Amino acid sequence: MTDKKTSVSRRSFLKGSLAAGAALSAPAFWIQGAYAGGHGFRNDPTNKATVTLGFNVPQTGPYADEGADELRAFKLAVKHLNGEGDGGMMQTMKPMNLKGNGILGKKVEFVTGDTQTKSDAARASAKRMIEKDGVIMFSGGSSSGVAVAVQALAQEMGTVFMAGLTHSNDTTGKDRRRYGFRHFFNAHMSGAALAPVLQAEYGDERQVYHLTADYNWGWSQESSIQEATAKQAKWNTVNAVRTPLGAGDFSQYITPVLNSGADTLVLNHYGKDMVNSLTQAVQFGLLDKQVNGKDFTVVVPLFSRLMAQGAGESIKGILGSTAWNWSLKDAGSQAFVKSFGQEYGFPPSQAAHTCYCQTLLYADAVERAGTFDPVQVIKALEDHEFSGMGNGDSIYRGADHQVFKNVLVVRGNQNPSSQFDLLEVVDIVDRDKVTYSPDLYAGELGPYKV
Amino acid sequence: MDAILLQILNGLDKGGAYALIALGLTLIFGTLGVVNFAHGALFMLGAFCAVTVNKAITLSAKVRDESVTFFEAYKDVPYLEMWLGETGSLIINWSIPISLLVAIPVMLGIGLAMERGLIRHFYKRPHADQILVTFGLAIVLQEIIKAFYGANPIPQTAPDFFSGTVNLGALIGMDLTYPTWRLVYFIFSMGIIAAVFSFLQFTTFGMVVRAGMADRETVQLLGINITKRFSTVFGIAAVVSGLAGLMYTPILPPDYHMGMDFLVLSFVVVVVGGMGSLPGAVAAGFLLGILQSLASMTEVKEIFPGIDQIIIYLIAMIVLLVRPRGLMGRKGVMED
Repeated sequence: MTDKKTSVSRRSFLKGSLAAGAALSAPAFWIQGAYAGGHGFRNDPTNKATVTLGFNVPQTGPYADEGADELRAFKLAVKHLNGEGDGGMMQTMKPMNLKGNGILGKKVEFVTGDTQTKSDAARASAKRMIEKDGVIMFSGGSSSGVAVAVQALAQEMGTVFMAGLTHSNDTTGKDRRRYGFRHFFNAHMSGAALAPVLQAEYGDERQVYHLTADYNWGWSQESSIQEATAKQAKWNTVNAVRTPLGAGDFSQYITPVLNSGADTLVLNHYGKDMVNSLTQAVQFGLLDKQVNGKDFTVVVPLFSRLMAQGAGESIKGILGSTAWNWSLKDAGSQAFVKSFGQEYGFPPSQAAHTCYCQTLLYADAVERAGTFDPVQVIKALEDHEFSGMGNGDSIYRGADHQVFKNVLVVRGNQNPSSQFDLLEVVDIVDRDKVTYSPDLYAGELGPYKV
Repeated sequence: MDAILLQILNGLDKGGAYALIALGLTLIFGTLGVVNFAHGALFMLGAFCAVTVNKAITLSAKVRDESVTFFEAYKDVPYLEMWLGETGSLIINWSIPISLLVAIPVMLGIGLAMERGLIRHFYKRPHADQILVTFGLAIVLQEIIKAFYGANPIPQTAPDFFSGTVNLGALIGMDLTYPTWRLVYFIFSMGIIAAVFSFLQFTTFGMVVRAGMADRETVQLLGINITKRFSTVFGIAAVVSGLAGLMYTPILPPDYHMGMDFLVLSFVVVVVGGMGSLPGAVAAGFLLGILQSLASMTEVKEIFPGIDQIIIYLIAMIVLLVRPRGLMGRKGVMED
């Protein structure tokens, strides 16, 4: 019996590795050429009867309620795009190029994913939608951490991302991307809208304690409201404490507020975190206290009807800002509320509103571009002016892909007329008052072609 | 001073939860010699007893909401309110105390079933096997809850009678307001701890269990079926943990994962208190709860940023370095 030994020399190993590397990279090279070479683009639906959209929302985690409402809105938007139902905002949106026959005559289908309010899970879900389900556009929220992460993926993959609920300045600031678009307002706009109302309501020179969700939205919200109230009313920050996302029990963060010398607590929390922190702040008797000769007050810079529902009695009288509320009387809002209410039996939240608008705005841009080619769709969306969608005359600013529109300052309703009448609109702040220079938050959109 | 007292109070209710879970863990370990990683799941199951009872008594009919004119809206009106009026509302408002009555037999049953059905097969197996099987059981239980109740926290409210705050400092001229339900939780946990200790100390059953914990073989030679008694102890530990979870629901909305969050901390509590020591588990529970709260004070965090996140583990390291058996650990326990 002979003992055969296989010997691999260093030279032959290197040659083999090189050949294997070349062979493995070849398909990727050809695939890339297929959509980046000029005419083609990823998931081109031209030769198909249908077009698929991806709705990537938090179905679990602290923002799950918002996620569930976003999904309802997406489904309603698809229904309207396909010519079913009463058409909702398609009756009021201007300019309007949608015909109720899908998008460019193709029936709209959709796939859904769960972001779990985690960036890595959201990216994995979005990647699956793009690579496996062949979506031409994906959308969803409700966390800025997630939005920033999937927006970067959108740019890498060359697939348009129409952000759902994301409120951090970063999304269209330092982390802006050519393939990412935000219809929702942001922390800077919240600060600009809220500060004058807070000054009128609570006066100057208050001592403020911030409890802040420890991720990019929280930091962004904290700095924006700090800057706006310091400039407007000389409010001073006593302390700013970061709390982990989904902390549940905030008591250990609230008790230090009681003896901090602060007369104002700003809760830079959202979703269930805000419901828990506000409820516990009220349980600890903060609103019954007097500090520095002033009644103690709590401010929630960003809140929604869903959160007001969760917080119950605690939210009554609390001031905050919101992108949209179902009680608005303009034709666009009423058409959407009627349509959503008939479908689900309750009115839509601000998260639902922004997701519904984003779907229609994308579809309309495709119709105007006459193609699903993302480069042409992006150009159609940039600097696009529209109205009839609930926030007055609005514009998708080309320089940072942020929509500028009217912002609402609201208060937890003390005398609700119905189970849904939880927010009282205190002020509708004109879009000009919340508009800022695109250079305020430095960022690069990146190239059209990827 | 007010701030320190407030944080101590805050630590007491959290410490109460840690102490009750750790008490159950130590009871099971001391009697059956099993390291029960499913104990956190029992805390979570107790919390979901409250959720289930609340869902049962708030079963509702859909009634047209005439105040909404935009579209056809409906509101949920509980049958109890429809049938019994204000009495029905009162019953719903007191759903957490009512669920205590349901949770005791349910948790006892779950504990006995868990011990008889699965854990008894692992008594003579290495601790690693016990940890693996109980950890697996914990995951199965939480996935079952997730399948039935979803992944999101389900808020529960304390009865109106216990809402609001109590000014504890009124008598001593200080401003020391504290949420009523958190005080109720602390008193409740002290009551349960006292009941368990009294049961072990002053009843014949307790005496046999203590004798079995000290020398199992001799007790068996005397003709006493100690295994049967230890099964009952497992059931009692399940009830203690379940009630701790149930009463915690107005403080922390329960979700399927809450048991795991508490389990890790409770194991640290057991180790700091000393494996097998019941007073050690209780003392360490309150001590770590208070230290965790004090570490959240601004003045402390200015000196040691982020200390509130690691304080429990830091204390555990120090205690284990200085006293390897924990604060009140007995010689020979977990040292074979």
